[in-house]
Amino acid sequence: MTEFLQHLVNGLSVGTIYALIALGYTMVYGVLKLINFAHGDVYMVGAFMGFYLSHALGVDQNPSLGKAGLVFVGSMAICAALGVVIERFAYRPLRHRPRLTALITAIGVSFLLEYGFQLPAVVGASSGTPFPPGPTPRFFPEPFPRVDFEPLGVHISNYDIVSLLTAVALMFALQYIVYRTRFGTSMRAVSFDSSVAGLMGINVNRVIAWTFALGSALAAAAALLVAGSRPTINPLMGLLPGIKAFVAAVFGGIGNVPGAMVGGLVLGLAEEYVAGYALSSYRDGIAFAILILVLLFKPTGLFGAARAEKV
Amino acid sequence: MRSLRVGLRSVLPFLVGVPLFWLLNGQLPEYFEYGLMVALIDVILAVSLNVVNGFTGQFSLGHAGFMAVGAYTAAKITLAFRGVAFLGLSAALSDQVVFLLALVAGMITAALVGIVVGMPSLRLRGDYLAIVTLGFNEIIRVIIENTPFLGQATGLSGLPRRTNLVWVGAGAIATVVMARRLLGSTHGRALLAIREDEVAAEAMGVDTTGYKVRAFVIASAFAGLAGGLLVHLIQLCTPKSFTFIKSIEVVVMVVLGGMGSITGSVVAALGLRGAVEALREAQQYRMVMYSILLIILMLTRPTGIFGTRELWDWLPKFQLPGRRRADEGQHP
Repeated sequence: MTEFLQHLVNGLSVGTIYALIALGYTMVYGVLKLINFAHGDVYMVGAFMGFYLSHALGVDQNPSLGKAGLVFVGSMAICAALGVVIERFAYRPLRHRPRLTALITAIGVSFLLEYGFQLPAVVGASSGTPFPPGPTPRFFPEPFPRVDFEPLGVHISNYDIVSLLTAVALMFALQYIVYRTRFGTSMRAVSFDSSVAGLMGINVNRVIAWTFALGSALAAAAALLVAGSRPTINPLMGLLPGIKAFVAAVFGGIGNVPGAMVGGLVLGLAEEYVAGYALSSYRDGIAFAILILVLLFKPTGLFGAARAEKV
Repeated sequence: MRSLRVGLRSVLPFLVGVPLFWLLNGQLPEYFEYGLMVALIDVILAVSLNVVNGFTGQFSLGHAGFMAVGAYTAAKITLAFRGVAFLGLSAALSDQVVFLLALVAGMITAALVGIVVGMPSLRLRGDYLAIVTLGFNEIIRVIIENTPFLGQATGLSGLPRRTNLVWVGAGAIATVVMARRLLGSTHGRALLAIREDEVAAEAMGVDTTGYKVRAFVIASAFAGLAGGLLVHLIQLCTPKSFTFIKSIEVVVMVVLGGMGSITGSVVAALGLRGAVEALREAQQYRMVMYSILLIILMLTRPTGIFGTRELWDWLPKFQLPGRRRADEGQHP
């Protein structure tokens, strides 16, 4: 029973992270019909921006909650800007080309971020915070002291609780933005039919740019929530979470916002339970097995609507 | 007469190429020879992937997975028959026969895995297919890393060095001839039709899924060949050589050379390998260079350097009478 609950806690904490990243995939896919391969690497950049900001603000010397909040918001803002820049320079020029062209460009951007961050330092080579950081893993400073609880023998830290609450709050905020605001309405309109949305007076380019900003900010938030409990960060850290979050988005029905949240949670729990009880060394294969099963039996995902192909 | 010419076209490249590689074998400086062999293995990979990504217009991101299947099969066979005089032949000759059998077995298993992977996933289109093939690539890697028989994460070491310039050269020629002959056949026309417009092709009675799977299986078999050749060159077979980064490297070659151009893939594979060797000092910049190359290429010339054209399209006076351009009537 204790083991079951422990897996539940772990699965939920991983699942919310997947859900946050999956939201970025699903929103971008909704408006552009593009798999933003670089999304996992925006997540990685988010972790590193948090790392730099923490060091700049001196979180490692004297941690405080205010500074932690500042780091959190700051990294989200930087990643939002990065998302907009990527969209503007790599994807927008290709919007009317075949979709494969944009997909290949996205792979290019992803590799540029991953391997660009592994280059030897240009700035601050001798300090503890060189940029680019290089391939060696870095240690994320703790923004507040860690406290562990053991209710019913289940191991939970205050980081898990904060991370879970923040993730849920962010998801509610997103749900509000998408379904209750003017911007959300225009985003859904663009995702439904971008050319008609344009004819109705919606600035499609601006909506797409903001969608990228929103998705990238959520990825940065996810990265910082992970960095709280698993503090080693490196330039390739976005690779697997990125692909798994994509699986979560497909599972929930890509393009569907609540679907991504459910997909993320289900994937996190499935991974945790399968790895915990049966096949621990196959953990990274589980997501792909799920992906393949979903695509074979219900390619539209859990909540996705089938669209007939028009000729 | 026609069948003679057709036959010659398949055999002639071997008659010219293999003796040439035979003469060169062992004559070149060791470092250069090694680089050339790696580059020719890249040619096999790029040209075979071009059959799927270029001719058929599907986007596979899992070529390294099939390489791994071929590589492990071949490696297991050569290790098992090591030092055994096969069919009463002399030791040296027996080694070569075993190596040939190992490579063929590698191709066959890679093709079988290609069928298993291709049948379900080729019903999907475009970007979904890319992710699913990438997923299969990773699953193959995870399975290898968890199978004690295959050496898990450390892999199989102590492989004999069987690959030489003749083997690699013959493999590269075989791949190019296969691609050429395929493109000129009914089968190839069906693939091109699928690339240009899948719905129209289906309406014309082309069994699109069937042809896609067949193209995928052919490409997988040749990826298996490349894998077998590679591990008997580096004498080590680890899952690290077959991550999806390797798949992306091959995709870069295909895209750079032009999706659908055989000579484009050959030139891009040789050129990229040459550039990597020339920039060996700046090894850490290699992946950054790849990615920038990919982005710039897509933004400025998404068809790749050659597009769907071949090298000989620019040399009209050397065209043999009766040879039709491979992409005749493709682009108005």
